[in-house]
Amino acid sequence: MANALAPQKKMTFGEGGLALSLVGLAILSIVIAAKAYTPEYAFHAYLFTAASIAAVFAITNRYFDRPAERPPLVNADGRPNYNMGPVKFATIAAMFWGIAGFAVGLYIALELAFPALNFAQWFNFGRLRPLHTSAVIFAFGGNVLLATSFYVVQRTCRARLAGDLAPWFVVLGYNFFILIAGTGYLLGITQSKEYAEPEWYSDLWLTIVWVTYLLVFLATIWRRTEPHIYVANWFYLAFIVTIAVLHLGNNPAIPVSIFSSKSYIAWSGVQDAMVQWWYGHNAVGFFLTAGFLAIMYYFIPKRADRPVYSYRLSIIHFWALIFLYIWAGPHHLHYTALPDWAQTLGMTFSIMLWMPSWGGMINGIMTLSGAWDKLRTDPVLRMMVVSVAFYGMSTFEGPMMSVKIVNSLSHYTDWTIGHVHSGALGWVAYISFGAVYCLVPWLWNRRLYSLKLVNWHFWISTIGIVLYITSMWVSGILQGLMWRAYTSLGFLEYSFVETVEAMHPFYVIRALGGFLFLCGALIMVFNLWKTVYSEAVAGEAGIQLQPAE
Amino acid sequence: MSLWQKHAILEKNSIVLVIGILLVIAIGGLVEIVPLFYLKNTIEKVDGIRPYTPLELAGRNIYVREGCYLCHSQMIRPLRDEVERYGHYSLAAESMYDHPFQWGSKRTGPDLARVGGKYSDAWHRDHLRDPRSVVPGSVMPDYGFLAKTDLDYKHIAQDMKVQALLGTPYTPEMIEDAMKDVAIQASNDNPDAAELTKRYPKAVARDFDGNPGRVTEADALIAYLQMLGTEVDFKMYDDKANIR
Repeated sequence: MANALAPQKKMTFGEGGLALSLVGLAILSIVIAAKAYTPEYAFHAYLFTAASIAAVFAITNRYFDRPAERPPLVNADGRPNYNMGPVKFATIAAMFWGIAGFAVGLYIALELAFPALNFAQWFNFGRLRPLHTSAVIFAFGGNVLLATSFYVVQRTCRARLAGDLAPWFVVLGYNFFILIAGTGYLLGITQSKEYAEPEWYSDLWLTIVWVTYLLVFLATIWRRTEPHIYVANWFYLAFIVTIAVLHLGNNPAIPVSIFSSKSYIAWSGVQDAMVQWWYGHNAVGFFLTAGFLAIMYYFIPKRADRPVYSYRLSIIHFWALIFLYIWAGPHHLHYTALPDWAQTLGMTFSIMLWMPSWGGMINGIMTLSGAWDKLRTDPVLRMMVVSVAFYGMSTFEGPMMSVKIVNSLSHYTDWTIGHVHSGALGWVAYISFGAVYCLVPWLWNRRLYSLKLVNWHFWISTIGIVLYITSMWVSGILQGLMWRAYTSLGFLEYSFVETVEAMHPFYVIRALGGFLFLCGALIMVFNLWKTVYSEAVAGEAGIQLQPAE
Repeated sequence: MSLWQKHAILEKNSIVLVIGILLVIAIGGLVEIVPLFYLKNTIEKVDGIRPYTPLELAGRNIYVREGCYLCHSQMIRPLRDEVERYGHYSLAAESMYDHPFQWGSKRTGPDLARVGGKYSDAWHRDHLRDPRSVVPGSVMPDYGFLAKTDLDYKHIAQDMKVQALLGTPYTPEMIEDAMKDVAIQASNDNPDAAELTKRYPKAVARDFDGNPGRVTEADALIAYLQMLGTEVDFKMYDDKANIR
């Protein structure tokens, strides 16, 4: 460190500012912990304190260890000096939360089949279900999106990720948000708005993290050496910007006190319902669709070594998709007390949404033109192409279920759950798995340990998905029909609980499907583990594609 | 042809692209959400809707805390079988003071929009403690801990103050008497019960959890469940007047 020739080391504004803000946050959280209304909230305040102090230590340590100069933007050989640390972290976090989320999903599936598993208040279905949905959507999916977006934006812009501490703040801050949200559900801290359960202070924290995310992403685009912004980055931008808008629109709330975890949402009744499903459906549209379409637009062409099928189709796909999606929310509120005009609008736009969705599917699948043979030899590519096929299937099923007459049967039943999972397991998880199978060898400069295990993963999970969605189709339609069945004398034929009892075999089959899906993911983790701990590939070979044979 | 080339403007300017995205996604949301705040026919004109009593509000907060909405809807659709199974279809007015709404999206268990008065308090107590003791085929978790946990209501007036800020018509008097009202409503034959019903018409005061010595979370939750869907007198309600 005491090298007289080196320029003098100074703490940057970012390092100093962030460390000071975190010290402030630590003090504030200690005060809140001391005066908190409930022990659960005090626990969260202490978590904030501990995390802030740990972060201040990390920043200080990093400052003492680092050289005086900031890392160069471009390496000596003229190639960009990519910053892949945060990408690696988010990739590992994604797999960790993925396993956790799938396991909780399996557990709550078993709770519905065997209610004795609800053995304590913290593990009741009502508290674990948000843990499952948040863990798979926001923790697994979110980390996949963070990892891939930070990777793709650097690669396609040929520029180093903007910011020094900022990208780390984004990935660590986001995962801290997950920790707060998840532990909160178990302790009964929730605002019980579906997919927006975290309470006011978690929401505030997420807002800070998310704005930083947008700035890092944009600032990296500003550094690009290519004149055009690549199509995947349009989708990432739409995802980041729209999720910010949705989060702010759906969550304005007034806390009972700064010392209380409880808050009341600003909207009420029918307006709250509309805002909630405007948010909820577009969490699907922009988090689970636009973000993962960005993955499709980068990783499928890369893996197949073919250009995107149609540039014009991607333009139409992009604008039509983001314009139409935002209208579709009211189809979650058919036949409710939401005024009919809003329901009709929601249904109409949901049906129209079928077209851009399939346009995107065609653009993804046809990218394989001239490389179809790779489906036979490369299970990673196969996984991604099957995911796009699942995307096509669930984006047909969705518009169909948004038709009011179909919805009158399907709503409130397991059909909805099956539909969600054909999209979530088939599309979101499979495209994520494919991307992570590509990313890990690229990031660690390794060769993927075993393609055979990818094949096993693919088939075991696919059987799991098929069991899941078929059992939910049967149980959903069966229950919907039982609810509306009449005897010849004009009485309702079944009591409610008879329709619950009829679900049992299908709940068991669904749990089996979830178990297989979890097994597949565990095989994947083993495969990736062996990959990272294998010998490094010489030179840049790890960046190259796997040989197809 | 040139239109495709014009798209390059968006592809080369990230800020223009972000503005374009914001404009395109703003339209649908604005058209569907904003009118609900000013169109007068969004919420039906109907008598009987009142804010929750402090005890019911505390009960509702437990309902929210436990995530009951994940399995129970509170929204009866105007379909023949639902109206026959659960009662009159739900009105928007009936959830106008609900922050947040709890209409739900899944019926693993039955709809609860009109569960008030359908079962006795004793049934609810047994059902919460051990659902399968009264409904053998039920898959509901046990909520026995509610009857063993004292209700924490020392801050309930603050909750009401926040709601008042958000537009719920809680008067300063209601907020001031919140603590007292909880105690009144959770006890049998309370001499001040008339005061409670003056502030909250049709509010029912009794010992809901069968344990007169304590105000427990079960008191609050059962008080909430027993008032669900009972505010509007549908014998007096004119369906045609509010067709939207």
